[in-house]
Amino acid sequence: MGATHLPSTEFDGTAVDDQLEAEAEAAMGEPPAPMVQLLCPEGKLGTHPVFSEYAEKLDPEKLRRLYADMAAIRRFDVEATALQRQGQLALWVPLTGQEAAQIGSGRASQPQDYIFPTYREHGVALTRNVDLAELLRQFRGVSNGGWNPKDTNFHLYTLVLAAQTLHAVGYAMGIQRDQKLAATSDPARTEPAAAVMAYYGDGASSEGDVHESMVFASSFNAPVVFFCQNNHWAISVPSTVQTRIPLSNRAKGYGFPGIRVDGNDVIAVHAVTEWALDHARQGKGPVLIEAFTYRLGAHTTADDPTKYRESAEEDSWRAKDPLIRLEKYLRTQHLADDDFFAQVKADGDELASYVRRTTHDLETPDIRNAFANTYVEAHPLVAEELAWFEEYSAGFAAGDSDEGADAGPGTQADTEAGSR
Amino acid sequence: MTTMTIAKAINEGLRAALANNPKSLLMGEDIGPLGGVYRVTDGLIAEFGPDRVVDTPLAESGIIGTAIGLALRGYSPVCEIQFDGFVFPGFNQITTQLAKMHARSNGNLTVPVVIRIPYGGGIGSVEHHSESPEALFAHTAGLRIITPSNPHDAYWMIQQAVDCQDPIIIFEPKRRYWLKGEVDVQEAGTAADPFKAHVLREGTDATIVAYGPLVPVALAAANAAAEDGRNVEVIDLRSLSPIDFDTVTESVTKTGRLIVAHEAPTFGGLGGEIAARISERAFLSLEAPVIRVGGFHMPYPVAKVEEDYLPDIDRILEALDRAMAY
Repeated sequence: MGATHLPSTEFDGTAVDDQLEAEAEAAMGEPPAPMVQLLCPEGKLGTHPVFSEYAEKLDPEKLRRLYADMAAIRRFDVEATALQRQGQLALWVPLTGQEAAQIGSGRASQPQDYIFPTYREHGVALTRNVDLAELLRQFRGVSNGGWNPKDTNFHLYTLVLAAQTLHAVGYAMGIQRDQKLAATSDPARTEPAAAVMAYYGDGASSEGDVHESMVFASSFNAPVVFFCQNNHWAISVPSTVQTRIPLSNRAKGYGFPGIRVDGNDVIAVHAVTEWALDHARQGKGPVLIEAFTYRLGAHTTADDPTKYRESAEEDSWRAKDPLIRLEKYLRTQHLADDDFFAQVKADGDELASYVRRTTHDLETPDIRNAFANTYVEAHPLVAEELAWFEEYSAGFAAGDSDEGADAGPGTQADTEAGSR
Repeated sequence: MTTMTIAKAINEGLRAALANNPKSLLMGEDIGPLGGVYRVTDGLIAEFGPDRVVDTPLAESGIIGTAIGLALRGYSPVCEIQFDGFVFPGFNQITTQLAKMHARSNGNLTVPVVIRIPYGGGIGSVEHHSESPEALFAHTAGLRIITPSNPHDAYWMIQQAVDCQDPIIIFEPKRRYWLKGEVDVQEAGTAADPFKAHVLREGTDATIVAYGPLVPVALAAANAAAEDGRNVEVIDLRSLSPIDFDTVTESVTKTGRLIVAHEAPTFGGLGGEIAARISERAFLSLEAPVIRVGGFHMPYPVAKVEEDYLPDIDRILEALDRAMAY
């Protein structure tokens, strides 16, 4: 990273954001924290007194990897959207526009860190080596999870907004205790320090659980990084309804650092997140990162953004596209050529093909799995209802093989089952 | 054998759990130096330190939610909710997260969180301090719910709850915290299975099912009925999810009559579930409809009239009279 061009402006925010910042300044008597940006929309790299040091660790190979990841997850997003439109998925939650926020932060994490996503973190999932076809199991309706979090330290998606922010803090409190236990039992043992990252959105920032999680994290100095993707819209409600001040400023009220970063600048996101995770792992406590980004598509495939926002707003954000921005930089710095970008495109098509093929093959589970997994230990009511279900199902099978005998509901088999 | 109150029995049970399981810890408001508002955790922070007995910020969702995270990391948290009516800020974490984590992870994750909730009325307190919300949790699959009625059960059930790999709520009958009884700290004996109901008094004419704070009331009612020549069986349910329907069915098959008593409002309560199940299982044995004795369909009333609200001996005897009249 040799370029030293500073961006000409701090950040080319929207009118909405300007208004927010003016209000914040008026309300607090001080300006909001400046937006951290290293790679401006024109593809030029600037410097930052704290975070440039981290950005410099991104060698050309890592930079190309960030681009390839962003391109892959965007291609995946397009494919999943198509699968939903074709009736293969019940719902899809698109991420297009937020690739830099997710890839930059996810790639800054270490394997020993544990990640609690909300439900749009497909890019983070990619960085944690979650099989993206498995990720679609929930949206295809064959699972409420789909992967084993223990394999990748990437937790299941959480659909109840902000609930996972508390789980993240509790998990981080567990890491603290593990460290103490390890130090007591075997002082010679050295394991890499770990941190936890909790993702949520600007809409979820209004939920009480976010507030409580920050109180707990601060009180216990938990090694947790809160990563808020401010994508400006909570389904149809703009972020101005969630907050009067930049969300990162809220951290100050809890007593830990809050950083606002250009969420479409993958280099800045990576640098800031790496700094924050280091901070947490070193026992210095929690950090809040607000990645200032934009959801270019719908909240899910069930809503229609033309009903609640102007296309001009979307267009203004397309000009800040995270992929185009990094491509410009890679090209002008001669870090990647046409062959590289052609290969990325080919890899993306192959990923899409794999996901499409695998999604079609995802098997519908047996409801007996649900009986088996409701409780860990044996439970008489579950056993009784499973036995009834088996008997009821067997009744249909008997009816199929015994012509003329109706073994459906209301028959002898049913009555016997009901009279146990 | 040693004699102690229910509060002391839970305290000793928690002490044993903390000593036996280094990954167990207590979390709640005022449970540290104060020892809890009912002193159930008295002395534990001095013995185990603030990492094992955690005075948390005043936030119920925070307590339950962080306990879930600790459990995901391999810990066994025991959360104290200060009073029944204050569990609702944590209701979301309990019902949408805690209860379902194992199922939605296809069995890959376990969250062995224990939640202690002092519940029920009869202590002359102000609003939100006397409620019986057990049915709201019993209706949620994935949770287990137990409620002790005597010190011996209390001592063992809290330890069994900590050992249980499923999330479990232990409703503690707060007006019985000072009830004394013998505790065998060596052998659990009949308390070994926390999900099994106990027949406390055998009888032939009718069965009264009760749990938690109403168990002594049910026993007293049965004794009063005996003076009228009625021989009434009394069952302490102990577990509200799962419910030991086998023990109840066996009893009703013998007595032919069933009265279910609980403090919670009758409508939509566990009494209705028990009545329906027993009607299915023992319809031909029943000499009378199952009769429920419970609270009224109103917010728990002010303390000055709570005696009119709470099921007492007379209300149970009245129900018994109705059952016997068929």
